[in-house]
Amino acid sequence: MAFYRPARWQNAAVIVSLAMLIALPELLTALDQSYYTGFATRVLIFALAASSLNLVLGFGGMVSLGHAAFFGVGAYVAAICYDAGIHEGLLVLPLAALFAGLFALLVGAISLRTRGVYFIMITLAFAQMTYYLFVSARAWGGDDGMPIYERMRFAGFSLLADEALYYLALGVLALCMLLFARLAGARFGRTVQAIRDNETRMEALGYPVFRYRLVCFALGGAVAGLAGALLANLTGMASPNLLQWTQSGTLLVMVIVGGVGYLWGGLVGAVVLLLLEEFLLAWFEHWHIVLGLLLIGIVLFAPRGVAALFGKRHG
Amino acid sequence: MTQLVLEQALNGLQFGLMLFLLAAGLTLVFGIMDCINLAHGSLYMVGAYFVAAAAQAADSFWLGLGAGIAGTAVLGLLLELSLFRQLYRRDHLSQVLATFALILIANESVRLIWGPAPLLLNPPAALSGPVEIAGFFYPAYRLVIIGVGLVVAALLYLLVAKSRVGMWVRAGASNREMTEALGINVRGLFTAVFVFGAALCALAGGLLGPLLAVQVGMGESVLILAFVVIIIGGIGSIRGALVGALIVGTVDTLGRALLPTLLRATLPADAAATLGPALASILIYLLMAAILFFKPQGLFPARA
Repeated sequence: MAFYRPARWQNAAVIVSLAMLIALPELLTALDQSYYTGFATRVLIFALAASSLNLVLGFGGMVSLGHAAFFGVGAYVAAICYDAGIHEGLLVLPLAALFAGLFALLVGAISLRTRGVYFIMITLAFAQMTYYLFVSARAWGGDDGMPIYERMRFAGFSLLADEALYYLALGVLALCMLLFARLAGARFGRTVQAIRDNETRMEALGYPVFRYRLVCFALGGAVAGLAGALLANLTGMASPNLLQWTQSGTLLVMVIVGGVGYLWGGLVGAVVLLLLEEFLLAWFEHWHIVLGLLLIGIVLFAPRGVAALFGKRHG
Repeated sequence: MTQLVLEQALNGLQFGLMLFLLAAGLTLVFGIMDCINLAHGSLYMVGAYFVAAAAQAADSFWLGLGAGIAGTAVLGLLLELSLFRQLYRRDHLSQVLATFALILIANESVRLIWGPAPLLLNPPAALSGPVEIAGFFYPAYRLVIIGVGLVVAALLYLLVAKSRVGMWVRAGASNREMTEALGINVRGLFTAVFVFGAALCALAGGLLGPLLAVQVGMGESVLILAFVVIIIGGIGSIRGALVGALIVGTVDTLGRALLPTLLRATLPADAAATLGPALASILIYLLMAAILFFKPQGLFPARA
């Protein structure tokens, strides 16, 4: 493993993709397919969530099987905000990120004392605890989840139209990716990647390894919370299903399919997986069999993921 | 009250023993081969389906149980030879991904073959009634499960602790390279352990089938519990798996049965109604976090 470096043609690819994404709702409306605007929003939101896991997993080297907990907490913060009469996105989104981040800080502070398999399992255990807490919290809807009858507003603008929410999700995703890109090349990102590659060496060099990891873990949790709040507003619902461990597994699958530790890995993985789901499902009801075989194929034959094409690691 | 506690303690023992059957295979695969197998719960589910289908076809629970276990063992053998053998040398992330993919395939295949509705598995007719022990009635079938669980646990203990093969297995768990260097065929041993674990899964699935519904997704919830068990007990340790399973089984069962009552006695009704079920369902995870905090390697670490 080595530091992440973007491929030379990356900037051009990003600008072209961004332009296409900005034009997408117009295009869909013109084609009379505006149903897919909501779907595209979902893809963007999962791209954000998967990218946040990629920060933890790919750059930080922490195999967390409980990322859905932070995603879910973000969704519940959005629903609770709605319930409490807070309808301004400029307030809701930071609150979601704050609570998810603080929760990740707590979980990380305990989990990061363990290593390897034990870390995987203890993050899973925390996610399960969170899941059961929300399932049995009757004040927050329990099993049924918590509805959001009307989407939040953003800076006074209404998000009722699917296009408006799409552009908000696109904006948040773009900002977060910019942040991750800057972070990957910055001192913090370099340190975290070096810790992933050789913890003992960094410890010996005097770096506060635990603290770096914890900050990385909490940052990933906060961004996952943002994604959760956006998703709750899209679906009009914060449901305990978002916190199930299979959801963590799905996010993990997205990151690995896309490419662990490549900046665009989470995003590529989310797009690939959700597109596969949308179109294979229409063609074959039991598409999970196909997906499973595909994933095993990826593990056996393409362990570096799809986004390996988008960036190199220089050894 | 004492009767309730006694009955729930028996239920806890029964649940714990079944968890042990699952955790035993998991802890060995995990401990010796350093391989995370998320699909272990799927073997349990597939095993239960095999048993239920065979029992319906043969019209006999015990015949179905035997056939289901044999079928699952064959499936385990095929899986080990085709996929898991490639995974042992890979990192944990690849193992998580590949076995997660297996869960997707297993759930969807079961849904494809048997449909989304749960399958019915009846306990043997002779055991369907209750029996009286110490002044209260307890289902005979549950007693049989406890008996089978105890016998299998004892056999497993003898096999692992006293036999030569068991010695190799323990040696493999504590130091794989050294065991290989001493000329043990660790590869063949891996296969045998994996197949054995699959058979135990089917035994647990078949025995629990009449009590719980045989349905898609039954593997996932029990998988997490089995992981909690082996983490508490220490990965790779059979003794740890037994102790962990009994702890988790009893704490979970008793917690669910008694905590709401206890809380109602001490807290206002409103708070107790919310807190009771929540606390009962996270009790074992709290326990696991606490044990990991004080003993990060579990109660009986295999690699001392």
